[in-house]
Amino acid sequence: MNIKRNIALSDSGFVFNPSTGDSFSTNPIGLEIIRLLQEMKTAEQVKKAILAQYLTDDATFEKDFYDFVNMLNRFNLMETEEKDEKATN
Amino acid sequence: MKKPLINVAVTGLNAIDSPGPGVPVIRALRDSKDFDVRIIGLSYETLEPGIYMHDLVDKTYQIPFPSSGVASLLTRLRYINSIENIDVLIPNFDAELFNFIKLEETLRDDLGIKTFLPTSEQFEARQKHCLNEYGIKHGIKVPHSKKIFSIHDIPGLRAEFTYPLVVKGQYYDASVAYTPEQAVTYFNKISAKWGLPIIVQQYVYGSEVNVTALGDGKGNTIGAVPMRKQYITDKGKAWAGISLDDDELMKTTRKLIKSTKWRGGMELEIIKTREGDYYLIEINPRFPAWVYLAVGCGQNHPEALVKMAMGMPVKPWKKFDVGKMFIRYAYDMIVELSEFEKISTLGEL
Repeated sequence: MNIKRNIALSDSGFVFNPSTGDSFSTNPIGLEIIRLLQEMKTAEQVKKAILAQYLTDDATFEKDFYDFVNMLNRFNLMETEEKDEKATN
Repeated sequence: MKKPLINVAVTGLNAIDSPGPGVPVIRALRDSKDFDVRIIGLSYETLEPGIYMHDLVDKTYQIPFPSSGVASLLTRLRYINSIENIDVLIPNFDAELFNFIKLEETLRDDLGIKTFLPTSEQFEARQKHCLNEYGIKHGIKVPHSKKIFSIHDIPGLRAEFTYPLVVKGQYYDASVAYTPEQAVTYFNKISAKWGLPIIVQQYVYGSEVNVTALGDGKGNTIGAVPMRKQYITDKGKAWAGISLDDDELMKTTRKLIKSTKWRGGMELEIIKTREGDYYLIEINPRFPAWVYLAVGCGQNHPEALVKMAMGMPVKPWKKFDVGKMFIRYAYDMIVELSEFEKISTLGEL
């Protein structure tokens, strides 16, 4: 689960994909999650980091997290699985 | 140190809703740090806004329409040159390029006017109706296309195409037809304006990305900046756009320029599919109207073109700013009737 490396992220939550020219806005939690993904953290590590800071439970986090990742995928902000495989091979 | 003054003649002053590249080319030249320019505008119609932009254009002359042929254009250019002593001429319309390419040697040898244009072979090979062969020859994907001369060819298209398909004029205009009936309508509309043949092209789903580029005629890419349109007018023109970081697109551009030994400015129109494939849908043999974005990104293509035309050394750019945007705007100039009168009656302003 890798977010594209060239994604530009500002402190205000403005997300820019330089490959497509698309831009998005995210809230502070989304910004934090994207930053963690950029640091190549796994889903488990992202969960730990978020649960350590916010009052939420495992199930709620996982539901919201995978919803968010699906959205990042849909917006073409994640590396495709094929590329992930190539990268790990 | 005083910068040299270069007299540059520029066409495409129609900064309208379907804009010509003249005004942005002039802005780029005026940004040059290496030379100053005196701009001689060459116009076809009296209401081209660039004629009246006196901070950009020093003097404008009307020239005959491309359909008048090479001889009348040369006569007019001889007259203009006798007054203005033109150093470099930059044509900016597809439809006029044929005449200017034909005149290239005469302009250089007889009048001392330099150009930096594609050869007639390069110009002809990238015509819309030759795109299939062009793609095969240069190893670039292009959507299947075919030229047709009659509406009676349209029913038979189902054997080779699936709807929607794009109906295109040989120089300008394109419409997406979802049914044969729509294809007939667009055939009639576009052929009435731009003549025959009409080119039918398979519609490719994806996002359109464009590249403005400059080749040195020896296979080297001097500069290239890719852009995605962010706001598109009802004529399909970019009203806003953003520069992209896309290695594949740059590779495709460099490959094409190397393979064709392209000389001069160009615009590539490419569709990037969801699967990441790139389909070349058109090559425009001149700078696009959004070429000033390249200047904003650190590559002044018109300046480099003038330098190459003048035989000055030019180094290829290796980078440009990604995420720079252009936003076009409309602006009402107030013009005295006397100015309109001058260009209308004397053909000069």
